[in-house]
Amino acid sequence: MIHFKKVTKAYPPNCIALDNIDLTINDEEFVSIAGRSGAGKSTLIKLLIREELPTKGQVFWGDQDLSNLNNRDIPFWRRQIGMIFQDFRLLPSKTAYENIAFAMEVGGCAKADIEKDVPQLLKLVNLIDKSDNFPHQLSGGEQQRVAIARALAHRPKVLVADEPTGNLDLINTWEIIKLLMKINELKTIVILSTHDRDIINGIDRRVVTLESGKIIKDDPNGKYILF
Amino acid sequence: MFTTFTRIIKSGCVNFWRNKWLSSSAVSMMSLAILGITSLLLVNVLINSLTASLEDKIDISVYFTSDTSEDKILDTRTDLIKLSEVRSAEYISTYEALERFKEKHKDNTVLMQSLKELDNNPLEASLNIKAQQASQYESIVSFFEQDKYKKIVDKINYLENKAVIARLTSITSSIRQIGLVILLILAGLAVLVTFNTIRLTIYSARKEIKVMKLVGASNWFAKGPFVVEGALYGIIAALISLFVLYPFLWYFSPKITAYLPGTDLFYFFQANIIVLFLIQILVGVSLGTISSLVAIRRYLDESNGEI
Repeated sequence: MIHFKKVTKAYPPNCIALDNIDLTINDEEFVSIAGRSGAGKSTLIKLLIREELPTKGQVFWGDQDLSNLNNRDIPFWRRQIGMIFQDFRLLPSKTAYENIAFAMEVGGCAKADIEKDVPQLLKLVNLIDKSDNFPHQLSGGEQQRVAIARALAHRPKVLVADEPTGNLDLINTWEIIKLLMKINELKTIVILSTHDRDIINGIDRRVVTLESGKIIKDDPNGKYILF
Repeated sequence: MFTTFTRIIKSGCVNFWRNKWLSSSAVSMMSLAILGITSLLLVNVLINSLTASLEDKIDISVYFTSDTSEDKILDTRTDLIKLSEVRSAEYISTYEALERFKEKHKDNTVLMQSLKELDNNPLEASLNIKAQQASQYESIVSFFEQDKYKKIVDKINYLENKAVIARLTSITSSIRQIGLVILLILAGLAVLVTFNTIRLTIYSARKEIKVMKLVGASNWFAKGPFVVEGALYGIIAALISLFVLYPFLWYFSPKITAYLPGTDLFYFFQANIIVLFLIQILVGVSLGTISSLVAIRRYLDESNGEI
């Protein structure tokens, strides 16, 4: 369970990105965070992956207050989260296979496990025939699928997707969304941040709508309400 | 632990190979730096042998009165060489002095003739003294100013040579100082250039480092491969500069010897090749790893930067 408790994040000199947010995300949930650019979606994610610390309030994972993690513990926390970004963020000098293997290597996985799991993940995202391609040899949709496979490699409890379809065409967009829903069915929390009306209206899951750093709506079967 | 270590090494080597262009430019910059530092060391050897040969030309002669016995002079010599300033003290007997005189002036018939007309040897026995350093002649001369020597010493040619010795001393010491300053400045430049090249290679990988951190890599797992790459640059650059220097010295050393007799750089290089290579490796590897470590630090800082 993830819990944001009265969280405020302010950037100097006078920008308040999140304003006294209270939000609970339960295990196995699929939550969309909707909002325009600058509404505070990315800040919410940065606080969750401990890229930033809240100015006020706390962020909990179960009973663990993330603010109390010291620098040594941060890598261990990040290995429990899978991250997907709009710009994919693959390692350009590594092949698709190596990008996925890297996520397992950082956690000290055994070679045998890596050799067993990576092909399975590549099959899951339907890219087994492109395992030796470098990112620049893959299309946008393919790169994002590699990124998803990488995010799943260390079997995370939470998958965070920050505008994952922002750079993709319609067909690829829905492939990625279906993949995320499949991952959620395997009991992983999925947090999807997006400003895409069609996606939010199409998946019929919980929607948390942010505006100017505040939650203006939290609906279990939400629709996109912003114009 | 061991798995992580081998993964870091492997990843460093793979990165080195995949970024061939970047690696080769970094290696060539570093080769130049190491080559520069080694050449400066060799120039320093040249300067030292040059100043040593200049200093070797400086000596003083102490002439003893004709009635001084050989034993007394040799006793004086024994006392003299106990001084730490004295490098050598050669005894030249009256007979030897005469032989040298004859040899030197054998073409001068007038001198030879007049020498023959003399009944006895007019030349005095002497001690030919060399000091460890040119600045020490003053104190050697003061040794002979003790009362017990005053009676037997006829003259010391130091006073005649004093001006020349003083000038040579100041020339050799300023050559040494200037050489050292130039060496330090150029070595500093070489280090800066290498550091900046490596900083550029790491700058180009800054996003990669951020991604590694986001995927959950510890600091060492993220920076390890770059440090390995830096060390690899150093090792290869050391090898290159050795292979460049060897034929260069083989060709140019005899030419340098022709100008500065008594210096043989190629011989020096061959005799010290292992030490020189180890110095080059040491310089290269430490330059590479330290530059990488310093350059990567800002990209690993948790509080610094957006994702």
